[in-house]
Amino acid sequence: MDSRQPLISLNGVTKVYRMGEIEVQALRGIDLQIVEGEFIAIMGASGSGKSTLMNLIGCLDTPSEGTYLLEDVDVAELDDDSLAMIRNLRIGFVFQSFNLIPRSTALHNVEMPLIYAGDSAQRLERALAALDLVGLADRAHHQPSELSGGQQQRVAIARALITEPAILLADEPTGNLDTESSLEIMRLLTRLNEQGRTIVLITHEGDIATFASRVVRLRDGLILSDDRQVPREPAGAEAPSEQAAAEAVS
Amino acid sequence: MSVGEALRLAWQGLLANRLRSGLTMLGILIGVGAVILLVAVGNGASIKVQNQVQALGSNIVYIYPSSTKAGGVSQGFGSGSTLTQADVNALNDRSQAPDIVTAIPVAQASGNMTWQNQNWFAQTTGSTQDFAQVRAYDIKTGAMFTAADVTSSSKVVVVGQTVVDNLFQGQDPVGQQIKINRVTFTVVGTFASKGSAALGNQDNVAVVPITTAWNYLTGGRGKNISQIVIQATSADTVKAAQTEATNILLNLHQVADPTNPDFTSQSQQDILNATSQITGTLTVLLGAIAAISLVVGGIGIMNIMLVTVTERTREIGIRKAIGARRRDILLQFLIESMVLSGLGGLLGIASGWLIATQITSIKIGSLASLPQPVVSIPSVLLAFGVSVGIGLFFGIYPANRAAGLHPIEALRYE
Repeated sequence: MDSRQPLISLNGVTKVYRMGEIEVQALRGIDLQIVEGEFIAIMGASGSGKSTLMNLIGCLDTPSEGTYLLEDVDVAELDDDSLAMIRNLRIGFVFQSFNLIPRSTALHNVEMPLIYAGDSAQRLERALAALDLVGLADRAHHQPSELSGGQQQRVAIARALITEPAILLADEPTGNLDTESSLEIMRLLTRLNEQGRTIVLITHEGDIATFASRVVRLRDGLILSDDRQVPREPAGAEAPSEQAAAEAVS
Repeated sequence: MSVGEALRLAWQGLLANRLRSGLTMLGILIGVGAVILLVAVGNGASIKVQNQVQALGSNIVYIYPSSTKAGGVSQGFGSGSTLTQADVNALNDRSQAPDIVTAIPVAQASGNMTWQNQNWFAQTTGSTQDFAQVRAYDIKTGAMFTAADVTSSSKVVVVGQTVVDNLFQGQDPVGQQIKINRVTFTVVGTFASKGSAALGNQDNVAVVPITTAWNYLTGGRGKNISQIVIQATSADTVKAAQTEATNILLNLHQVADPTNPDFTSQSQQDILNATSQITGTLTVLLGAIAAISLVVGGIGIMNIMLVTVTERTREIGIRKAIGARRRDILLQFLIESMVLSGLGGLLGIASGWLIATQITSIKIGSLASLPQPVVSIPSVLLAFGVSVGIGLFFGIYPANRAAGLHPIEALRYE
């Protein structure tokens, strides 16, 4: 399929949760390779295991069985602090509910991963540059409550990008947004992918998945299909709301 | 994460809930303030008592008769009458007692005094002309009676300020005739006030020549000496003077068993030690009571930190997702609780100190004003240290709970 070395390699991954007496088999054996520069959408109805898969890929959780190699490192062998370091440096999270820290400015939210990385070199400049990339340089000193949903999600994307991670992991990034803001965010992700960023998108919306170049469908903890597709061309720079993002990218 | 970052976060966290932070701080503030204030009050009392003991005279040793036994029953402190004028004479022998300046006999008589239509009750003391010097009384008006008065048992008296105030109602007492136990005395002088009360009012005194006391006031108890007061040459020789006096009296009284003599000696230092033991206990007790409120304040901090951690579960999840390690979260919440308690501690020190300096101006009814509290620097440092320590101690459990949260569950928390 692809000659490049996989960035993410899942082999026979299962995940079992215990809910009281009942064992829930969220993932029943997933084999998945993701190479650098891919824009992959993982689709599935609720209960299909896509959130569990995202938690595993994001190193928030470890598999029950099977191996997960992230950049050739077996995640199962790492302790909590090493997992935290991987989340900090190699993975950028974008959540459905934005998950910004309330009562902290956009700038402070964006620089937070650098604080935990202990990386203080030009921290403010880098945070400002990341905000500029998502077209929000002029909102740097606003608190999340003073920003629209789309703006908050762009701040979250800037935060995810600040440590130059290997993958951007977006969990239903448009789930809480209106159509226009959704398009805005998807175009931003497309641009980031065009610049070489690997993006893993979790969604249940078909038209959001059309932005990706590869769609993996899950059902009941198993991969149902794995298709490559021509990504929907972003609607272009003519949309006024697109302008800020377009400027930032150029 | 650096401590500086954690401090900034803690400050943001506290500002986000101003009222709650303020009330929690109030708990520590009151605790620390109470410790500072009550220890200061204890210290003040201790220093006041020490000053009063100093005011008894300088470099003083008291000799009392031991208790006698009658039919196997001890008759209590000072009930014996084993001290004699011969003892006093021997103690005044410089060749045997080089460290003693002078030794004076004291005989006590209670005396109801009258002047014109006024009457007053004061301790009447019989002694020698050296009494004023040994017991550090200053003459205010008139003069001390003389050696000649002692020899001739003159009916003269020197009175203290309390007697002057109560008996003479503003008149000059010197030269006035007063009656003590219906015997007429001439007032020849007055003592300046010593202005202290804890060890008995030292101004409510009347001093007459000891011979006069024996002849007219002690009522048939003969030449009784209730105590001998010895003045040593200096503070350094008090111990030596006490030893010399003890040896002289052991010899003179032919005491067979030196561990059970028929007299007791007590230096000013002994009294000071005894009283500072009492006041020290008082200070510790007051401090301990105040410390309880500090513990209560600490529990308040723990309570609020637990609420804060629960409230910010989602924030903790976010921080963990973007790379915060266990110790980053731990540090954030520990520093927050330490800032909370440390600030409360600083405010408590300030308010405790302020009240300590103002409290003497408060008078409660007819009660005498409190002794001036003395804030001790060690208690301030200790209180601050303890308040920060309380933040640490009571913050560990909530912070640990925060740090131990699983990122996925924390992120799902609504």
